[in-house]
Amino acid sequence: MPLNGLTDQRYPGRLFCVEGIDGSGKSTQIALLHEWLKSEGYAVRFSEWNSSPLVKATTARGKKKHLLTPTTFSLIHATDFADRTEHEIIPYLKAGAIVLCDRYAFTAFARDVARGVSPRWVRQLYRFAAPPTLVFYFRVPLEVALERIMMGRPDLKFYEAGLDIGLSSDPLESFKLFQARIIEEYEKMIGEFEFTVMDATQSIEEQQRAMRAIVKKHLPRRRRLAVHRADGKPV
Amino acid sequence: MRRLTFYGDPPSNLLNVGEVRGKLIVVEGTDGVGRSTQIATLRRWLESRGSAVIETGFTRSALAGKGIKQAKRGHTLGSITLFLYYATDFADIVEGQIIPGLRSGYIILADRYIYSAIARAVVRGADPQWIRDVYGFAPIPDKVLYLKIGVNALIERTINAGRGFNYWESGMDLRLGNDMFDSFREYQSRLLRQFDSMVGEYGFQVIDADRPADEVADDLRLAIDGMLSAS
Repeated sequence: MPLNGLTDQRYPGRLFCVEGIDGSGKSTQIALLHEWLKSEGYAVRFSEWNSSPLVKATTARGKKKHLLTPTTFSLIHATDFADRTEHEIIPYLKAGAIVLCDRYAFTAFARDVARGVSPRWVRQLYRFAAPPTLVFYFRVPLEVALERIMMGRPDLKFYEAGLDIGLSSDPLESFKLFQARIIEEYEKMIGEFEFTVMDATQSIEEQQRAMRAIVKKHLPRRRRLAVHRADGKPV
Repeated sequence: MRRLTFYGDPPSNLLNVGEVRGKLIVVEGTDGVGRSTQIATLRRWLESRGSAVIETGFTRSALAGKGIKQAKRGHTLGSITLFLYYATDFADIVEGQIIPGLRSGYIILADRYIYSAIARAVVRGADPQWIRDVYGFAPIPDKVLYLKIGVNALIERTINAGRGFNYWESGMDLRLGNDMFDSFREYQSRLLRQFDSMVGEYGFQVIDADRPADEVADDLRLAIDGMLSAS
């Protein structure tokens, strides 16, 4: 099932997303995919979760001062996503470019539901999202992801560790419990949204080879942008 | 005491609110219809009766109030982004002011509620069901008092009150007319149609606002008095 979209409009571009818990290696993989697509001559636009210049300051303030509840956490991230949808995603899909997203609406479906938000409500909230061409889910056992994260940055942030929902007062313990819940939500979405499941325990090179082979099948034949009119027909 | 009910699916932290002693009274109506004047009068009256009152409204939240003002100044905000920014702000008000106030037994006087947000969004092209679903976290009020007015009377009020036509109240972002007046008339007519269509859907109590302020105030007091003595 695709996202229950507000419009069934099809854009000439392609939209590839990566999903998975922190430490699954998805950002590394999409960065490598990005380099490859550029070297192949495609017009590519990259958009990252929680990065809208208009909304970021509010989110940061809310996080720093611990002002966010499950509902406002969900809504402020949806606002950020809306700004990127309107400025970074849809215009580029219309232009026929390839849009790469490091995390998409499914991140909200996993995290916000893990925080206690209604699964139905958050899915309705994101109905404005453009339907992705492919969603790569980087599946990794929790212990492997934890090991990767702990190497890089030892101090866990308040919301990242799910400390706002009181699973445990110990940040590391809370983080583990929270991530386990997120994995549970991702697993439920595999069938619901037709995720392409990637084995994130494989080597970086193996994963990238597999990813490129799958993406290749969905690329437009022409690399130069084919400019379309507003009604979607070629000029 | 009553159990708090919501328009849609609330998150688990709001499901456990339980019984509340306070009352949520909403004063709705379009820009310049006299909401703030009426709310100030109602507040004095309720306090003289011995009730503790909290006033609340839009874009005043600790979380998003500042961000919205900054973003609107830039005029680069897309429409869906703006709708969701307002919803974020409103959720912060619901969880930070309205629900704690209701639990402590306050009368909450809300200057606008989700109906204004829905009307503005639908007039700007939002899917009517989508925007209603977004606001599913909102508690159902004890009373919604809708200050109803026609567009001609509204124009007269707007000029006489000395406020004149401003950018957002004229819906200038929608470019509905050649100047502020044309745009104001068209934009406000569309908003009023949205409000009028919500009367039955949400059970508004309609108050004719095209009358002197003290007559409107009498009707508002009567409606609230009836509700307070019934409970």
